[in-house]
Amino acid sequence: MSASREPLIRVRGLANRFGQHSVHENLDLDLYPGEILGVVGGSGTGKSVLLRSIVGLLRPSAGRIEVFGEDLPQLPARDRSRVERRFGVLFQRGALFTSLTLQENVALPLIEHAGLPRADAEALARVKLALAGLPGEVAILYPAELSGGMIKRAALARALALDPEVLFLDEPTAGLDPIGAAAFDRLILTLRDALGLSVFLVTHDLDTLYAACDRVAVLSRRRVRVADRLDIVAATDDEWIHDYFHGPRGRAAYRAAHPEESP
Amino acid sequence: MKEPGYIDQHGNHLTIVGDWTLPYYAALRLELDRRPRHETTATTIDLTKLRALDTAGAALLMELVGARWLAEIDERAPELPTTRRALLRTLGEAMIDNPPPSARPGRPLWDTLARTGQHVEGIWQQQYQLLGFIGQVLATLAVTAWWPRRWRLTSMVAQLHQTGLNALPIVALLTFLVGAVVAFLGATVLRDFGTTIYTVNLVAFAFLREFGVLLAAILLAGRTASAFTAQLGAMKVNEELDAVRTLGLDPIELLVLPRVLAMMLSLPILTFVGMLSGILGGALVCLQALDISLIQFLAILQRDIPLNHFLVGLAKAPLFAFLIAVIGCLEGFKVSGSAQSVGEHTTSSVVQSIFVVILLDAVAALFFMEMGW
Repeated sequence: MSASREPLIRVRGLANRFGQHSVHENLDLDLYPGEILGVVGGSGTGKSVLLRSIVGLLRPSAGRIEVFGEDLPQLPARDRSRVERRFGVLFQRGALFTSLTLQENVALPLIEHAGLPRADAEALARVKLALAGLPGEVAILYPAELSGGMIKRAALARALALDPEVLFLDEPTAGLDPIGAAAFDRLILTLRDALGLSVFLVTHDLDTLYAACDRVAVLSRRRVRVADRLDIVAATDDEWIHDYFHGPRGRAAYRAAHPEESP
Repeated sequence: MKEPGYIDQHGNHLTIVGDWTLPYYAALRLELDRRPRHETTATTIDLTKLRALDTAGAALLMELVGARWLAEIDERAPELPTTRRALLRTLGEAMIDNPPPSARPGRPLWDTLARTGQHVEGIWQQQYQLLGFIGQVLATLAVTAWWPRRWRLTSMVAQLHQTGLNALPIVALLTFLVGAVVAFLGATVLRDFGTTIYTVNLVAFAFLREFGVLLAAILLAGRTASAFTAQLGAMKVNEELDAVRTLGLDPIELLVLPRVLAMMLSLPILTFVGMLSGILGGALVCLQALDISLIQFLAILQRDIPLNHFLVGLAKAPLFAFLIAVIGCLEGFKVSGSAQSVGEHTTSSVVQSIFVVILLDAVAALFFMEMGW
């Protein structure tokens, strides 16, 4: 990604503190248009907290978060809702509304925000569900009747409901089988290419990093340790990064992504 | 930059023009609905003038040309950019052989009958499950009673704190107010007969035998049965109950018994407090409205009210407590995956426990009257 382009999301000097415990201090991060940014880091380094503060669910203790050139935490509620509609968020456990069927889940934002009539919204919802890889007959089921992988896909369909510009994914492939996870990676790439999405992807899945991400940001010691192309990040001189990318799983994922270099 | 999308038709040649995106969905929808069906098969379609496209617009295009056409977009419209073809192809492939779910035809009369039947069977099932659960709780209690090491004292004390101590102020306040109301009623009715002094007996009788225990039990049914259901229901949703079972522990012993026992301890205490503060409320009204001094009030109590009224009232408390707690816990266990289900079962547990308390109280009143106690 060229550095000359204006970032869509610009985080500067972000701090998040919970009582005595500080999760982020002076954290900087950019998300450029059309890129897939993978955010990795050990457990407890505040990946999800970072995501929640960018989408406005958590008020940061300090710092600026500029989204589409506007400082999100400072905006009045009306304008904030307008900006937030350009976000799609996939939560770690799906967070589907359990009292609604899948197609109602996806149709809800279409009815509320796009003002579509119910029948149109549900027809469109079924298209989005199909796009996320769910067959038509599950559209009238309730989330409690689904497997974990199907819930992930349905939640992706809901995140895509309003055709957002930025997609936030919190561990999208966690809990999916490897085949489903690979299909999910391909789906995100296709959607990015076709819709020009920017994707903020929190993950632990090394295969996803190699398969889908343009840039990788590593969270460590309350800051973004490095954010760059994968090969540059992997070569960074840092103990955690080295263990992460050059451990047995990291090497396996690398070989899977670069079959021509395998012995 | 923005240009509303539309369809430009010249004979059999369709040109898709402009932005096909969510903001123009309603307008495009109208345009599509106006077009006669089965017309597009023979036509050629030009997508090169299409500008912005999102999934909503792509879904409309699919209605126009069909999923198969989109799936074959690479051969049909190779002049389009790769990314656009990727979106249309993905969508087409996803929607081929993907019929919408078939809605069941509605049969109003049949459905009403079926629902009525379901409700009746549901009520029967509920009683059956309740009896079974009571048996399970009693059996577990009988087993654990012999093993002091398996008594969950800490958990029970915590429950005692929540169900008993925290409910004290509200029980005392409510019974105090009802006591005052009963005394006012008595004073008004008895004044016509010149026997206002019997207001004392009325208040004492009412609170010792019935109101003390009934008000406390109804309050706990609203306050604690709902709490039990919500707690256990949330644990069920979160698979904590399954975790307890797979760890080789018994949820009844671990979660239900401490709650049941805490309730059986706290309701008699709350009943006692309720009786006292109800009588206090009555005494205050007697003092203010009827000029019956506190000394006189107590003297009448001592002379006219035998101990057995107090015992009759108090004896009902543990039974009510047991049923309220068991119903609350059982409804919690019945919760299934959704937020709606937690709400339904919480409502059900409050309604059931209040119903059971009032029903049993009526039966007990008959029984005690016949026995002359």
